[in-house]
Amino acid sequence: MGRIEIPIGPQHPALKEPESFTLYLEGERIAASNVTLGYNHRGIEKACEGRTYIEDLYLIERVCGICSHSHSTCFISAVEEVAKLEIPKRAKYIRTIIGELERIHSHLLWLGVAAHEIGFDTLFMYSWRDREVVMDILEMLTGNRVNYGINKIGGVRRDISEEQKEQVLKAVETLEERTKYYIEIVNSETTLIGRLKNVGKLSYEDAMRFQASGPVARASGVDRDVRRDDPYLAYGEIPFNVITDNHCDVLGRTIVRAKELIESYKIIRFALKDIPQGDLAVKAPRRIPAGEAFTRYEAPRGEDVHFVKANGTDKPERVKLRAPTLANLASITHMLDGGYLADVPIVIAAIDPCFSCTDRSISIKHLDSGNENIMDWDSLRKYSIDWHKNKGFDAKNIQVKLK
Amino acid sequence: MLLSLFYILIFPGFIFLSAYGLIVEYLDRKLYARFQNRIGPPWFQPLADFIKLIGKEAIVPAKADKGMFRILPAFALASVSAVILYIPLWSTSALFPFKSDLIVVLYLLTIPTITFFIAGWVSTSLFSTLGAVRTITQLFAYEVPLFMALLGPALLAGSWSISEIAAFYYKNPLLSLYNIPGFIVAMIAIQGKLERVPFDIPEAETEIVAGSFTEYSGRHLALFRMAIDIEMIVLVSLIAAVFFPVYISGNITLGLVTYLLKTVILVFILALIRSLMARLRIEQMVKFCWLYLAPAAILQILIDLLVKGVS
Repeated sequence: MGRIEIPIGPQHPALKEPESFTLYLEGERIAASNVTLGYNHRGIEKACEGRTYIEDLYLIERVCGICSHSHSTCFISAVEEVAKLEIPKRAKYIRTIIGELERIHSHLLWLGVAAHEIGFDTLFMYSWRDREVVMDILEMLTGNRVNYGINKIGGVRRDISEEQKEQVLKAVETLEERTKYYIEIVNSETTLIGRLKNVGKLSYEDAMRFQASGPVARASGVDRDVRRDDPYLAYGEIPFNVITDNHCDVLGRTIVRAKELIESYKIIRFALKDIPQGDLAVKAPRRIPAGEAFTRYEAPRGEDVHFVKANGTDKPERVKLRAPTLANLASITHMLDGGYLADVPIVIAAIDPCFSCTDRSISIKHLDSGNENIMDWDSLRKYSIDWHKNKGFDAKNIQVKLK
Repeated sequence: MLLSLFYILIFPGFIFLSAYGLIVEYLDRKLYARFQNRIGPPWFQPLADFIKLIGKEAIVPAKADKGMFRILPAFALASVSAVILYIPLWSTSALFPFKSDLIVVLYLLTIPTITFFIAGWVSTSLFSTLGAVRTITQLFAYEVPLFMALLGPALLAGSWSISEIAAFYYKNPLLSLYNIPGFIVAMIAIQGKLERVPFDIPEAETEIVAGSFTEYSGRHLALFRMAIDIEMIVLVSLIAAVFFPVYISGNITLGLVTYLLKTVILVFILALIRSLMARLRIEQMVKFCWLYLAPAAILQILIDLLVKGVS
């Protein structure tokens, strides 16, 4: 077979969200690859500017279905920094605990997805079964399995009672036992290692060059974790290890995530034991004084970055968020090149991509010429009107009658 | 004449094979689900799937070779169904045994794989083509070990007829203990033939959608699925006949129960293998087959030759 072009996406069983990867194959080997973003642009930053901070909080929480607490906490930290609010210590601890539970939920989900991509459905089913445990705990603590809504400006909405503490500790016990079993599997199962080892190589230099973040970077030996380097919430007071690995491949990313689970259990245990008594929230003003803030948060997938600019009203002037997937996406084509077609799903899955969190723009591609250009709002509107006019449809002639 | 028709159409021919095929598919899915801590499908699920597929619209791609596209499923089904006539089921004799039917059976069993390849090729879609190429690559990897694994026992029995092989080991059951390496090789190789984990490379859903069958739908797909189900029974029966010399002669009911028991045990092992592993890459699979499976099969032949020489 000669060189063939194969589209992975926008719709493909390996992808959970629409995204387009174009691969140029020579036999089963990938000669070149190309990533196209922009199938999920939801205009979330613009939507934030039109809403109050309280509404924005719930909107931001819905940026991602998995790391919803990360985005919400990152955003609210920025708002609180602008408003110069010091939230109670107990609230900080509760946010930390929910954040770590979310990390557990995300990493277990990832383990299942990765196992499914390499056809190991048994591990997929096992890890998703265990994920139910942590989701039940999250539901008990916050009322929701995803999109917890625990944050409010100035603190948190709900307390953790002694009874709930007991239940969380019990669940963590179960999960720790299961996780140790998975670590054993990852280190011993031959077919699993065969599929993960030396796949999607990203050396330390390349990880630095492409600015990878989160577990992807840590699996390439980059010792970087916002929780330790720039402590926020209660992380400065909680001892934990930053897990790094020198495999520089998908196996390394699996090991890093599995070991991070163990660290998360430690953090939750410590936080629950040492959680200080006190208020849950301080009173927050409706109008946030003018100013700007930039916050970083170690989401399960990597470093999440939010920027908020306030202008003294109850609505933000500008909100900018960068999801961790965008940082890792740059390294994907590098990881794919020279690999096998069979490894494409697992290499893409190994960065734990969340494409709808990432998209901030649409690029229009002309199917016949292949030209791409990025349009601003006005030209997009004009393009749309002209396109419809060409089809014999003039928006000016439409009259809406109100009864 | 009438009896032959009964054999071919009803028992153990088409009707029995289809029914047992669906039951085996159910067993396989249920066991797989239980191994994975799931509940699994109800007993009628394979039948319901089959009826649903039969009732659905069968789309033929515009660019495909339409005649071939339609006829291939029937080809696959016919060739696997024909095999059952030469395999001993409830007694040591098959229905229509003849000299060297083992060779014919092995070649008949190659036909469905070839039809999968052609089906993928004539579909002309990218994913089908890739699936077809992988199917044929995989065929070259597992076919030789499978043949050689079955050759060993035949050499020891001194016959190319499955019925005679079965009768030989029925008389000397201890001799079949020498065939254990061959049994292991054959079990692994048919996992490749049936395109199941860890060798489900030709239809790896996360990579190439459904491989050769990507463009198939409706009754064409239903026939293919049925052919795969029957292929599983046939392969399992073949292995049971060659490697498991357990028969209860004289009584057809008891003989049948033994046969069902043997096949169910083998299906259990197949489901277990399937749930324990991850999918290999095609080049890993080929390497594994030639580096480990083929030498193991040669070892089997050597053992059988030595035993034959000594006795």
